[in-house]
Amino acid sequence: MKNKLIVTNSPHLHTEESASRIMWLVVLSLLPAGLAGVFIFGVRAAWIILISVLAAVATEALIQRLTKRQLALYDGSAFLTGLLLAYNLPSQVPYWIPVVGSVFSIAIAKQIFGGLGQNIFNPALAGRAFLMASWPKYMTAFTRPFSYDAVTSATPLALLKEGKLIEHFSYWDLLLGKRGGCIGEVCILALVLGALFLLIRGYISWHIPITYIFTTGLMMYVFGAKGLFEGDWFFHILSGGLVLGAFFMATDYVTSPLTRKGQVIFGFGCGLLTAIIRLWGGYPEGASYAILMMNAATPIIDRYTANRIYGTR
Amino acid sequence: MKKLIAEFIKGIIKENPTFVLVLGLCPTLAVSVSVANGIGMGVAATFVLLGSNAIISLLRNFIPDRVRIPCYIVVIATFVTIAELIMKAYSPALNRALGIYVPLIVVNCIVLGRAEAYAAKNRVIDSLSDGLGMGIGFTLALVLISAIREFLGSGSLLGFTPIKDFQPAFMLAMPSGALLVIGLLLAFFNLLKAKRQ
Repeated sequence: MKNKLIVTNSPHLHTEESASRIMWLVVLSLLPAGLAGVFIFGVRAAWIILISVLAAVATEALIQRLTKRQLALYDGSAFLTGLLLAYNLPSQVPYWIPVVGSVFSIAIAKQIFGGLGQNIFNPALAGRAFLMASWPKYMTAFTRPFSYDAVTSATPLALLKEGKLIEHFSYWDLLLGKRGGCIGEVCILALVLGALFLLIRGYISWHIPITYIFTTGLMMYVFGAKGLFEGDWFFHILSGGLVLGAFFMATDYVTSPLTRKGQVIFGFGCGLLTAIIRLWGGYPEGASYAILMMNAATPIIDRYTANRIYGTR
Repeated sequence: MKKLIAEFIKGIIKENPTFVLVLGLCPTLAVSVSVANGIGMGVAATFVLLGSNAIISLLRNFIPDRVRIPCYIVVIATFVTIAELIMKAYSPALNRALGIYVPLIVVNCIVLGRAEAYAAKNRVIDSLSDGLGMGIGFTLALVLISAIREFLGSGSLLGFTPIKDFQPAFMLAMPSGALLVIGLLLAFFNLLKAKRQ
């Protein structure tokens, strides 16, 4: 009898949206990039993705069981973290790397903070940063695309950093993903396809990714070549993990600001930091670290861009 | 006698300086890269604790309250200098490994904290027992953290490589790994404490 009367306040709106539905739709939008990665780097890429996802979901289940919280496996967030981590790995990493990375991402970058919605840092990127710091040898061993027997080659940005950019990458090569790199970051077209889906359906807004990419592009145009205002900004936008990071990782709801104004600041900060690391930092690519640093700045951005409560000063 | 033993034991578990009092984390983070360094630092700190606790306890009624900190520092610095000179003479490799952190024992919060919280208010024999307990507790904590960091971060234990082809996680040998390991250990011990109650 007690469930027959539902007493809630108006408005009585019903929507299909829920956190879990959004997560699974983001997973869906990432599938083209994953398929492209497997096509470009071979079956091993598929195994890496599978292992990473399984490890992430298993870790989340184990921790939720151990801490006696409700199992929330079907909410898709652990799956998404595992997927994004795999997309940030080179295809030739040993199979235990995605396992260790996923365990770190879920257990330490997410569950220790309190689970979904409580983490400060993007878990997949925190996992990637941990893997990069711990096993740099494996995390920077990239292979030539379409060489299924693993011919090593450096990424365009790495070559640029060392001043050895002799191979010419055409914009089409970069858009289609015919370059060395991480599994999910190379095929820009597939990524943009997924991102357009999310943008049109309104699950992410243009503020963060467009501001981010525009800022990095602008910085690379101004400072990216020997003289000023001569940089090849299109090359830089299409290289590295910028597109993957801008559309799918910087836009994570939990770790980015709430208001549109805050999101623009966030995107600007990410873009600036990525460009600075690429131009003058030690690493050839800085997108993951830029996003992690701006994740740390999100609370203060939220504080200063909070919407004025109606009726107060 | 029972009280002496109680004071000694409390420094090891119930009031462990690293995991319960959370004192002296700076040298802990820096030094716990290898077990040998950890033991060396622990022994040096224990020696300083014993000496400084004894002298400060002896002088506790003579040191005016308003200048107590500089007085304690002078006493502690004396013992740290003795320890450093001994280390330089008999184990120069350890001295080089520990580097700046040997002189920094002077401002180690454990040493100064115990001086102010305990030795300034208790008899010499009790202060000695407290110093010994705290020092050994600190050493044990250092050994635990170093063992984890050395094995997982560099693949070795006390210089030996027990598992061949083990790919260590280099981050654990860096300060960020130290913070991670100490944080997780603290959480683990807090869990044990909570479960006990």
